[in-house]
Amino acid sequence: MGERKLVEIRFHGRGGQGAVTAANILAGAALRDGNKGVQAFPFFGAERRGAPIRAFARISDEEINLRSEIYNPDMVIVLDESIMEIANVLEGLKEGGAIVINTTKSCSDYDFPKKLTVATVDATGIAIKNDLLVGGIPVVNTPILGAIPKVLDKVTLESIEEEIRERWKGELGERNARAAREAYEKTEVMR
Amino acid sequence: MRIVVDTGNHIAAKAVQMARVDVVAAYPITPQTTIVERIAEYVEKGEFHGDYICVESEHSAMSACIGASAVGARTFTATSSHGLLLMHEMLHWAALARLPIVMANVNRAIGPGWNIWSDQNDSISQRDTGWIQFYCSSNQEIFDTIIQAFKLGEHEKVQLPVMVNYDGFILSHTSLPVKIPEQEEIDEFLPKRKIKWKLDINNPITHGNIIMPNDYPKIRRAMQEAHENAHGIIKEISREWEERFGIYHGELLELYKCDDVDYVLLSMGALGAESKVAVDEMRKKGRKIGLARVRVLRPFPKKEVIELARHSDLIVIDRNISVGMEGALFTEIKASLYGEVDAKVYGYIAGLGGKDVTFKDISKMCERVMDGKYGGYMIFDVEG
Repeated sequence: MGERKLVEIRFHGRGGQGAVTAANILAGAALRDGNKGVQAFPFFGAERRGAPIRAFARISDEEINLRSEIYNPDMVIVLDESIMEIANVLEGLKEGGAIVINTTKSCSDYDFPKKLTVATVDATGIAIKNDLLVGGIPVVNTPILGAIPKVLDKVTLESIEEEIRERWKGELGERNARAAREAYEKTEVMR
Repeated sequence: MRIVVDTGNHIAAKAVQMARVDVVAAYPITPQTTIVERIAEYVEKGEFHGDYICVESEHSAMSACIGASAVGARTFTATSSHGLLLMHEMLHWAALARLPIVMANVNRAIGPGWNIWSDQNDSISQRDTGWIQFYCSSNQEIFDTIIQAFKLGEHEKVQLPVMVNYDGFILSHTSLPVKIPEQEEIDEFLPKRKIKWKLDINNPITHGNIIMPNDYPKIRRAMQEAHENAHGIIKEISREWEERFGIYHGELLELYKCDDVDYVLLSMGALGAESKVAVDEMRKKGRKIGLARVRVLRPFPKKEVIELARHSDLIVIDRNISVGMEGALFTEIKASLYGEVDAKVYGYIAGLGGKDVTFKDISKMCERVMDGKYGGYMIFDVEG
């Protein structure tokens, strides 16, 4: 999806999974990769732990003057597969866009009514393996970020790793960065 | 100069830290809270040289700021919506006492019904307090304007408090890239506050005592002159910032593609950024329209608006309503033109209570005017 000048991304997760942080790390990484316009924002309102939440990002070659919400994303990131049972994650997603799902399933297990690039990765499994747990709950936001460069040319894995290391110094940052790399390597993509 | 990606509120806190503020007195309120939380974190980590005063309300916050500023401290507070309204009495006091306090106000609707989203009715209703008012459209502009606000307010020919407004959530909670100069560069731009007078126990004076009818008009006249002075000094400061840091947001107005146009769109805050996208889209279709983003509501850029109206008709979009009349910017613009120039002015209200306004909505409003189908003044969100 590198040829698009402006890419709009929507994250679906549950409160506490770090979707807003993921959107922010992605924006920071995109800036490192030379995109002049980056933006990350939460759903404007209250969020509760465990409840379905959305977060958003924009990445562009040029400065972004858009301040309105995102209605027709180019890409959707699903941090929690179970959200798909209660929320329409495809809402407004552009034909020819991409969807990245945290799941143990394979891309071919999904049959969407739109022409989409589908990417799957077991971010939860990778989080557990790398001991990324907060209050016993796997932290999936850093692993799933590793899957994004597989489907979006505007951002590199290296920049995501750097951004993660800057946010969490020392060993914690290393573990999160490692999880992102592992996710990158294990992401399955079907175009 | 380094670039960070962070929310409008965190960037505001960064500006306060780098402006070497002496005293912060503030009370949390959504969506402003993360400003004062971040400043409190700076204090905890020893990264903030000033004092942080915890208070029990916004009225007390402004009172504490007035006291601090009167003894010579560089002083900051931040609030939003109902918090700003609770300050109302002390806002007048700060301005009449000519204290250069800087405040970030994160624009939020007034309740009931309870609404935490962007709307300029909070700050519009403080228009007549004597504060200088800025409206920002990006996080970079928030950073730059807060630093500039201290220089402006503390200028010997101004000596006024400055309110830096920006949209709740749309900027306060949205991460955008911001260029941050080095501390030494900020120090060079913004030296220590020079004090004309101060309350000092070793040199007792009184200030704000009773003033008889013969003299009171003089202090109002002096405030008006200070605003007139600020008009020119805002321009100087904008240019100085550009020379030092290569960043320019316009002066009292930011003009965007305003040469050789039939219409100029005017709006404030984040709507002003979205309006640039609308102008680009409309120009692709051959429409001769530009944008004048109003950065400063007080002092009002009367001369600049008159100049625009000499060559084009004006379309105004307000994110506020003076109920019983119309949007505040619409009124101000028409009042500026009266007896000066005979342009047509068309007004809309959009985005109240955080209702999303897209560039498509803005284009629709403008195109309706340009196609001769204006149909009268209205609230776009309700009447479409």
